[in-house]
Amino acid sequence: MKFSVMVNEGPYTHQAADTAYHFIDAALKAGHEVFRVFFYHDGVNNGTRMTTPPQDDRNIVNRWSALAAEHDLDLVLCVAAAQRRGILDADEAKRNGKDADNIAPGFRISGLGQLIEAGIQSDRVLVFGD
Amino acid sequence: MSETKKFMYVNRHAPYGTVYALEGLEVVLIGAAFEQEVSMAFIGDGVFQLKQGQDTVDSDMKNFSPTYRALGDYEVNRLYVERESLEERGLNEDDLMPLTWEDEDDDWAEKKSIHIVSRAQLSDLLEAQDVILNF
Repeated sequence: MKFSVMVNEGPYTHQAADTAYHFIDAALKAGHEVFRVFFYHDGVNNGTRMTTPPQDDRNIVNRWSALAAEHDLDLVLCVAAAQRRGILDADEAKRNGKDADNIAPGFRISGLGQLIEAGIQSDRVLVFGD
Repeated sequence: MSETKKFMYVNRHAPYGTVYALEGLEVVLIGAAFEQEVSMAFIGDGVFQLKQGQDTVDSDMKNFSPTYRALGDYEVNRLYVERESLEERGLNEDDLMPLTWEDEDDDWAEKKSIHIVSRAQLSDLLEAQDVILNF
């Protein structure tokens, strides 16, 4: 089956990001396809490489990056939600006159159309959030 | 893309207090460009999103309620509001914004966008969807 996943909550505050990760990991191991993972609302905070959790805790951001590298996963941060929350790639930082970017490896920033397209292209869309 | 799917946006949160309603509405407006079969549902505190006379001056929040009036122009004209959720909050249809759309197949007649449905009816509507995004 071809899945897409929407993640609507930030890491550590809410378990949605963990549950989404474990679902995707299990789906891929079971031979399913994941067309896209779309991060919205505070979910965009899953995509900042500045995240620095304590050593004895899981690193949610690095975990996403590793999964993307292993499976060529499409991890998309909504541009409007990301801008509100200070998540930028190099292009967005330049365009908005900011002095740095912070997007984590394996993520890209794009528009809400990517979410709708994922709904059209996938057999199922799962929403993880509050 | 030739395939048309049924998208329903389910709104469950009050308009202010959290960002879900505002950012949810942004998805609906962008999604309207994709020419899918779109509807919205309002359940729980989500019914407050459609309340008339929203005034956010004292809270310094952006009053985005006028945006709902534009939905008809985006051909988003099926807004299902759960009757039980209204009643549980002491509201009825008269408390909601009079949202309308113009039906080009009916000599641009102005029609109501808001449909009050029972919990059981909404359950059937949800069952009929291809994609449900909840906010």
